[in-house]
Amino acid sequence: MLSRIGEPRDASSQPDIGRSLFAPRDLLAEALAGMLQRPARSALTMLGTVLGVGAFVAVLGLTATASSQIDDRFNVLSATEVTVEDIAHEQDKFAGAAFPDDATDRVERLNGVRHAGVLWMVKPRRSAAELAVTAAPVGHTGGEALSVVAAAPATLRAAEPRLSQGRLYDDFHADARQRVTVISSGIAARLGITTLETKPAIFIGGQPFTVIGIVEDVQRQPDVLLSVLVPQTTAVEMWGRPTEGGRMLIATDLGAARQVAGEAPTALRPDHPEYLKAVPPPDPKSLRTSVTSDLEQLFLLLAGVCLVIGAVGIANTTLVAVLERTGEIGLRRALGAQRRHVTAQFLAESGTLGAFGGLLGTAIGTLAVLVVALIRDWTPVMHPVTLATAPFIGLATGVVAGIYPARRASSVQPAEALRG
Amino acid sequence: MTASPAPSEPPVIEFRQVGLTYPGPPPVEAFRPGDLVVRKGEFITVVGPSGSGKSTFLNIAGLLDTPTRGSFLLDGIDTGRLKDTERTTLRGRRIGFVFQAFHLLPHRSARENVELAMVYGGVPRRERPQRASEALARVGLGHRTDALPTRMSGGERQRVAIARALVARPSLLLCDEPTGNLDSGNAEAVLQLLETLNAEGITVVLITHDLAVAARGRRTITIRDGTLSESEQVGAC
Ligand SMILES: Nc1ncnc2c1ncn2[C@@H]1O[C@H](COP(=O)(O)OP(=O)(O)OP(=O)(O)O)[C@@H](O)[C@H]1O
Ligand SMILES: [Mg+2]
Repeated sequence: MLSRIGEPRDASSQPDIGRSLFAPRDLLAEALAGMLQRPARSALTMLGTVLGVGAFVAVLGLTATASSQIDDRFNVLSATEVTVEDIAHEQDKFAGAAFPDDATDRVERLNGVRHAGVLWMVKPRRSAAELAVTAAPVGHTGGEALSVVAAAPATLRAAEPRLSQGRLYDDFHADARQRVTVISSGIAARLGITTLETKPAIFIGGQPFTVIGIVEDVQRQPDVLLSVLVPQTTAVEMWGRPTEGGRMLIATDLGAARQVAGEAPTALRPDHPEYLKAVPPPDPKSLRTSVTSDLEQLFLLLAGVCLVIGAVGIANTTLVAVLERTGEIGLRRALGAQRRHVTAQFLAESGTLGAFGGLLGTAIGTLAVLVVALIRDWTPVMHPVTLATAPFIGLATGVVAGIYPARRASSVQPAEALRG
Repeated sequence: MTASPAPSEPPVIEFRQVGLTYPGPPPVEAFRPGDLVVRKGEFITVVGPSGSGKSTFLNIAGLLDTPTRGSFLLDGIDTGRLKDTERTTLRGRRIGFVFQAFHLLPHRSARENVELAMVYGGVPRRERPQRASEALARVGLGHRTDALPTRMSGGERQRVAIARALVARPSLLLCDEPTGNLDSGNAEAVLQLLETLNAEGITVVLITHDLAVAARGRRTITIRDGTLSESEQVGAC
């Protein structure tokens, strides 16, 4: 090639030649025409990119959708729940129960606390028969293997129960140390109680307790559904204070839980806050990541593999097209196309293939998220960034795949290409 | 140059000891150094046996290949001093090509094929269909502008290729065996078309190995083993 770059040219003997152009609109038109020339081949070529981008969109969409469901549950329940555990005996063997009698009042005074109450599982002092739960005073010795849980009235309110019959016991019952109980509908069925109209009683260690409420479900502490609930004051009178294993359930306002957890031990035991351990709700963000990140990464890796396969497919097809169309390349060069115009044309063709694959993949991935959300009865959540980037991932795949074939195309010698 | 008909006209092609050797190995001296002047408005035919270097000559004249010796002036421009990109632009603006194999894009209509010659020349998009239709009308295909080349006869295809070569208004038309794939009827139509175009002022260089076709030129150049010679008497091919 006899290029003389930098050598001054004689302006009089070398008139202005002008410039070759390849307008962007022409480039795009040529790229589309090139792609539509062989629609079946183009469609097959796109497949890898469609799968890759589709998987990418589906994975990100599904994780976003799934974690937003987890978030919802955090927001209404877990994020507003604090438990305080009695760890006094770990600190001091002779400390006794850590919770004071006025535990509810002390904690409910704190900002952001809705309900707070203690609960503990009642332990027999001498024999298990003391706590045998039966439907009749005698005869059923051994009784049903049910546990008895002592819970303050405020504890029941904090658990947010749904009553099917009757009512919860309240401070009046507790102050009077009445022998009343609240049981779950499951236990009621086991004990043969169908209605509260007849004021039925159950027997704990032979002592009658009036069933005043049947609970269908609770939002917090679902394990209490397996137990017979009695007021804490009644329990202390009959079976004494718990030596260990006492807990406090606190329901807070949204956003207050962490602060309440920090303040509760001191509010309860200004003298020995170390006897109590407050458990705040887990950070929803950290939980969400731990739930989803492993699977998400696996699927994103798969999406990446699909994209690589897609890129190889596009590169292969474009290379075949370049070899098939050497005559066309030679002709274009004869008509004034520069090397860079030929490069641009094949990059645009492969880029168009990738972009179409990306768009199709985005649509399919979104559809997959919608279908799964519909089946699971979830609200589909898709980050706009995901939707906006996905087609460009396809485009980038196509352009990268086209680099080598486009260079091959631009190095075609027109004289050789036009021979024959 | 005995037969130069109009010495007053400016030269379109000017070879000054132009030669081309393919590097090989082994090196092939496809075109031996020689002088030639083709003036504006001439109709020149080039004959010679197969492998003698006719296409090599045309590729040099058409800026598709660069001579390894001497200097080639196109329209007075010393092409040896141009950058590759400038040679490409010059080729697109000043030269029209017609090939034996047509080189039409099979999936594009006749009009789109003709328009392609204006894409790189910077002709505005909206002007192209009109100019393409005019060029097709000029080669007698005004009624077939939307037809695909695959649905056309050989003669029609070659006329589409000629329309494509014309539409950018080149100063030189280079035809490499344009009638090689055509029957005598179609060949005759193409030749008459080229003659008409020449009469309208365009310079035509036509390569052929058919002596009857070669006789149509007002001047005939013979190439043998890469050597140019100018004579009325042409050897057997
Ligand atoms: N790229 C190349 N490298 C080496 N030799 C080449 C190359 N291109 C052509 N040749 C040789 O140069 C010579 C001239 O070839 P050219 O194509 O010009 O012949 P031609 O006269 O057009 O023949 P035909 O009538 O068959 O078309 C031939 O011997 C050919 O083999
Ligand atoms: Mg030839």
